Amino acid sequence: MDLYLLEAIINGILLGGVLALLALGLNLIFGVIDVVWISYADIVMCGMYGVYFLYAQYHLPLPLAFLLAILGSACLGVLVHKLIIAPVLNAAPLNQLLATGGLLFFLQSFATLLFGTDFRNIGVRLPVLEVASMYLSFARLIAFGVALVGAFALYFFLKKTYVGTAIRAIAQDREIVGLMGIDQRRIYLVVSAIGGALAGLAACLLALQYDVHPFIGNTFGPVIFMICVLGGLGNMLGGFFAAFIISLIIAIGGYYWSTELSYVLAFTFFIVLMFIRPRGLFTP
Amino acid sequence: MLSLSSVSAGYGSFQALFGVSLDIARGEAVGVIGPNGAGKTTLMRVISGMLPLSQGSMTFEGEAIGGLPAHHIIEHGIAHVPENRRLFAKLSVEENLRVGAFIPSARARFAEQLDWVYSLFPKLKDRRTQAAGTMSGGEQQMCAIGRALMSKPKVLLMDEPSAGLAPIVVQQVFDLVRKIRGEGLTVLIVEQNVQQVLDVVDRAYLLEVGAIKLSGTAAELKGNSFIRESYLGL
Amino acid sequence: MNINRILILIGLALLVALPFVAAAYFMHLVIQILIWAFIYTAWSLMGRFGFVSFGHGAFMGLGAYIPALMWTFWGVTPWIGIPIAVAAAVLLAVIVGYPCFARRVVGHYFALVTLALSQVVLLSLTAARDITGGSLGFTQKAVGHSWYALQFPEKTYFYGIAVVLWLAGLVIWQRIDRSISREALEAIGEDEDAAAAVGIDVMYQKMRITMISAALTALGGAIYGQYFMYLNPETVSGITVSLQIVFAAIAGGVYAMFGPSVGALLTLALTEGLRVWFGTEFIGAANTIYGILLVLCIIFMPQGVVGALQGLKFRRTPQGKSVRRISEA
Repeated sequence: MDLYLLEAIINGILLGGVLALLALGLNLIFGVIDVVWISYADIVMCGMYGVYFLYAQYHLPLPLAFLLAILGSACLGVLVHKLIIAPVLNAAPLNQLLATGGLLFFLQSFATLLFGTDFRNIGVRLPVLEVASMYLSFARLIAFGVALVGAFALYFFLKKTYVGTAIRAIAQDREIVGLMGIDQRRIYLVVSAIGGALAGLAACLLALQYDVHPFIGNTFGPVIFMICVLGGLGNMLGGFFAAFIISLIIAIGGYYWSTELSYVLAFTFFIVLMFIRPRGLFTP
Repeated sequence: MLSLSSVSAGYGSFQALFGVSLDIARGEAVGVIGPNGAGKTTLMRVISGMLPLSQGSMTFEGEAIGGLPAHHIIEHGIAHVPENRRLFAKLSVEENLRVGAFIPSARARFAEQLDWVYSLFPKLKDRRTQAAGTMSGGEQQMCAIGRALMSKPKVLLMDEPSAGLAPIVVQQVFDLVRKIRGEGLTVLIVEQNVQQVLDVVDRAYLLEVGAIKLSGTAAELKGNSFIRESYLGL
Repeated sequence: MNINRILILIGLALLVALPFVAAAYFMHLVIQILIWAFIYTAWSLMGRFGFVSFGHGAFMGLGAYIPALMWTFWGVTPWIGIPIAVAAAVLLAVIVGYPCFARRVVGHYFALVTLALSQVVLLSLTAARDITGGSLGFTQKAVGHSWYALQFPEKTYFYGIAVVLWLAGLVIWQRIDRSISREALEAIGEDEDAAAAVGIDVMYQKMRITMISAALTALGGAIYGQYFMYLNPETVSGITVSLQIVFAAIAGGVYAMFGPSVGALLTLALTEGLRVWFGTEFIGAANTIYGILLVLCIIFMPQGVVGALQGLKFRRTPQGKSVRRISEA
């Protein structure tokens, strides 16, 4: 196999790790609260700006900047739920989509207002590793590793803890969990916080590799949507694997043609699969 | 122990309960019988906090609990086995039981409660890792009861435990109720199967169209001509 | 003569008189409002029945770029270019719509699929940067006043075109509203299985309204392109435009004929007002306020302005839902 192709494939898989994190977050929120955060990618954007300012402007040590960005994103998630989602919880799904759509608009405009449209980079230069004559970005490797760790941490949380099991329960039957002493509203806040934290973690990992600007959410947001639909909305495991499939397609397409056309390819693949398995690849 | 006084409740503009009063003493087993749509499930939901009451009051062990949300009421010691079981189908049996032990006081005693529930329902122990939704109706009912018992409640509310079950299984369920009573729990059962429930409870209320029409000991009701004609087909 | 007739006559009189009294800047606004009103109305042909597309930016983008590119590079008159663009949009609608409808991709799934679609069109337009100029946009070859090239420096001509377009859109809306299709589509929106059970050809109805909506949106995009002359993928395609279309139509009220037009009026007046107020100093401030207002509008006025006003008179739409439901499978 062509070495450059292999390199592209590996890079694709590595990127898939971060996208998988976001797919997990979006699916978690949808599975439990039944609302799709159209503005999820923009939460990531906020997180990236957070990292930028904490590290590049205020010169906090990078790990601290990361931690604060993750916590900040978790708080943002809670805020989003309280201010935007909770008022429309019982409204038609369209209203919920529009509410988060309005938030997308607001976040992008507010970021433009605060930070301008310049591209900003946190300026962390991590080495490029040479592995068997292939060049792999160390940043991307770290991102992949951390993303996997995050995914597993989430898995253990959901499987082994009381709150995690309660979260899985509430996704199956919202109404009666109160009978077991589970405060539905509090669980929603916890889930929103986790979703925000996952976005924050992804933001940290992406900040290592990409510049941030107010509209960066539009570049990977639709990709996340495709991934989640492909994996089955609400299906955490499905979304996890779909992330890698889509990332591979984008990487391979980007290798043979351009990045934008690789998105077209991914979308075509996505549409074709919608014919075959409209509920998602992995939905039984 | 548990006392409702002139409780009214409904769904939006539709009123389902009209001034219901009842009392349950510690250690008793009490039944609520009545036709479909009488408000029996509504009554259960009001007691467990799933539905707010619009009028009247509710006290438990002297404390007013009317208006408390469900997740607080269970902390007082009232557990509700919902109509149609309502298990978390994709979770395993043991995970369902774990959810039942969510409240802090139950978490502390999780291991011992689990052992107790498994001793009551050995079949559940065999199927502890099985997805709850794949079990038979009778096993699911046992799981639902077990889940409620995990919080070590003082009062157990059971909403139509025999619904959708084969007669042999129904018998097993009611034997179980006797066993649970024997462990010291107070039980309130809502049932359509009048014959079986009157054999298990000490007292019962007849609920029709949202109001208590009759009440008395099980023996009295079994002998009551109206009950015999309308509900026992005799 | 009843009150409605009088109002219509007054309205028409105003429309005719406007170009003679209004300043060029004002005319510019009115033309934009009319074009967007037409596009929002086109969207609402689908949206009112619960088929909520977040991808109409795709159709608008095709409608805007294809005639513009064909004219600038090949000298093909928009009179040919526009029908081709409309056909392309309809084709895209069929390619994406048919499998979605056949496999019951509805609700959230449909919304996300259409979102992705509009972004893909944007990316395609950007990727073909050798032709389209990518994200820097491109300006059509200007030839001054020309019917052949459908270009008019004088605002009055485009005003006339915009008015005709807008009125045509309303007429189409009304004809569909009064047709048997409207009943069929409402039934489909409520319960697709039940509708099929009573003999409604669900696929035909859904495809038909989708194709009409896509075609009209593309037409609107084409006129937009002809008027503005400068095109940028971000302004005519992508998520932002698609969301904007949905917002404005809903904000105005998607069940009433003038609802989307009111939405266009409100949103454009709002953005212009905010832009004038903030000037060039705080870029993004206007849109920020706009975003906040959108969210508030959704939370507190889910039936839209026209719907809320109508609700005062009589309850026609279910309270609290701007569109009854996204058709749920």
